[in-house]
Amino acid sequence: MKAIGGTAGDLPGAPPAKAMRRAPAARRIVDALRSSEEQLWRWTARVAVVLPLAALVFAITVLAIKAYPAIIVNGWSFLTGSSWTYGSSYGATVHTHGVAHPMGSSFGAWPLILGTIQTSAVAVVIALPISIGAAFALTERLPRWVSQPLGFAVELLAGFPSVIIGLWGILTFGPFLARHVYPHIADHMPDVPVLRYFRNPVGHGEGLLTAGIVLALMIVPIITATTRDLFGQIPPLPKEGGEALGMTDWEVARRISLRWVRSGIIGATVLGLGRALGETIAVVMITGSILHVAPNIYSPMTTIAATILTQLDGALTDGTGFAVATLAELALVLAVISVAVNLVARFIVKRSGRLGGPVGRA
Amino acid sequence: MVAAPLPRTRHRRAFDILFRLGTYVALLLVIGPAAWILIGVVARAVPHWQWKVLTTPTHGTSGGLENAIIGTLVLMAGVFIIAGTIGVFAGIHLAELARPRRNGKESGGLLRTASDVLSGFPSIVLGYVGYVALVVGLHWGFSLLPALIILSIMVIPYIAKSTESALRQVPTGYREGAEALGMSTGYSLRKVVLKSALPGIVTGLLLALAIACGETAPLIYTAGWTDAVPNLQLTGSHGFAYLTYPIFTFYNQPGQQAHDLAYDAALILVVIVLILLVTSRIIVARTQRHADR
Repeated sequence: MKAIGGTAGDLPGAPPAKAMRRAPAARRIVDALRSSEEQLWRWTARVAVVLPLAALVFAITVLAIKAYPAIIVNGWSFLTGSSWTYGSSYGATVHTHGVAHPMGSSFGAWPLILGTIQTSAVAVVIALPISIGAAFALTERLPRWVSQPLGFAVELLAGFPSVIIGLWGILTFGPFLARHVYPHIADHMPDVPVLRYFRNPVGHGEGLLTAGIVLALMIVPIITATTRDLFGQIPPLPKEGGEALGMTDWEVARRISLRWVRSGIIGATVLGLGRALGETIAVVMITGSILHVAPNIYSPMTTIAATILTQLDGALTDGTGFAVATLAELALVLAVISVAVNLVARFIVKRSGRLGGPVGRA
Repeated sequence: MVAAPLPRTRHRRAFDILFRLGTYVALLLVIGPAAWILIGVVARAVPHWQWKVLTTPTHGTSGGLENAIIGTLVLMAGVFIIAGTIGVFAGIHLAELARPRRNGKESGGLLRTASDVLSGFPSIVLGYVGYVALVVGLHWGFSLLPALIILSIMVIPYIAKSTESALRQVPTGYREGAEALGMSTGYSLRKVVLKSALPGIVTGLLLALAIACGETAPLIYTAGWTDAVPNLQLTGSHGFAYLTYPIFTFYNQPGQQAHDLAYDAALILVVIVLILLVTSRIIVARTQRHADR
């Protein structure tokens, strides 16, 4: 820490050595401040950076402690069962494994787990091709003065609060689909095993398919933005080489561009999947929140996240607190799923770097 | 690489045209709904818009939105201060201060992963934790502080991430130049590095605020709701109003007034989000113009 922040005193031709000798007293203070400034930065930043980890550990610990009684009593059948009853709040309290809960209470989360998987799967299946196509149009097709404002529309879609998308989904988009789109699909589906799921009744637009489509809209911006950035990073030479070989745009896209950025797109898709799994408000508004396995793709159902929100009032009426513990178990299940999905996404992205790597790389 | 026999040229051309059309359709399917949502909210809210909505508190499912607007602004300010400070410092650590490990690997791997995982953590689960630990566990009740803490935890990873990538875009030459001039690390960080990364950091903060003001799920469990105009009482205020609540609950209440209020709140939120997005866009455009010179 010598001669920090040069002043006139350090320059040749400035005051003689005697004056220099007096300066250090004041300068030492400044030096001390400056070197401690670095320490100050370091320690503040160190504390700040630990907080996300601390918050994560805290959240999972709280959930685990709160859910412990429910985990003991509900057992593994919590993941496979499908009855959801609080039991009689006026009847006798029963003790199972030393945990008090109302008589007849039984909790099975299978319909919720399945519902979460269904809505998220619909969302990803719809969102992935749309995102890749849109990213192509934005980066490869349209001139800059068109693609820039259109890119803002993608940002806007990402910025809409989910409650507003939910409001639009339930009052405008869902009824529109139920009236003008679903009947055309449902009327023409043959009565064969898988496609039977798409047959009537189509309902009023409140249910699984509408929720999946709306979730797709919510994750499209994530995948589109990432894919657009990745496409922008592909060097032009391989693409030009492909064109010189007589490849069509589609072949260049499929065999060069998409392979180049494949892992990045997969990573972004899995991140979007994580978002879809955890989305709550829009799903609560659009699925109809019915606790059962959806009989067809149009029917009302619910997801884990939606249930945590909608069932709290009901759970609080359970005087033994067992229902609240069960909700904590549900939250823990969702947390574990989402952490696992996120880690997988990071792993995919990390394994092959941010770019997928050039085609044919050793 | 092109081992598979290619189909005949006419088929290839036809398929190529289909592909091009497909990309435009895909783009339309992204932009269409965005415009539909925006226009839908504006068209539904503007015809019955009354300015007194801004100055009257909610009364049941009627009245105005003064309490909710003030509540959301207070929450945004609080998140800006708490999450902004912590997030920016966390980003500085990840980008600048974390020393590389001896084995040559980049340090901060665990911390960065934790931050990334937290950014994908379901907001409703965080809200539930806030309810169990803060609202009930610490007897704070539905109030400002638990809401602020949970909301801040939610957006800190976003801010940390955007700060980190803004700092990484600062050319290494700047740091080397500062060191060559004899500046200490702290001084050069403050005067050189942070200064040139500032637009990126501010953009990240604005986007984080846009996320924060539109959140509902974590707030229902931590802030609750009240018709009263919020004050700055941190705990024990028996509820705290915010703009997303009337949208979520009033839309299926009976009565035209309730529906109108839901759409009014949606309009105000959309305007806030638009202001934040446009501002961040302007900042990005301006700095890019400077960078080009």
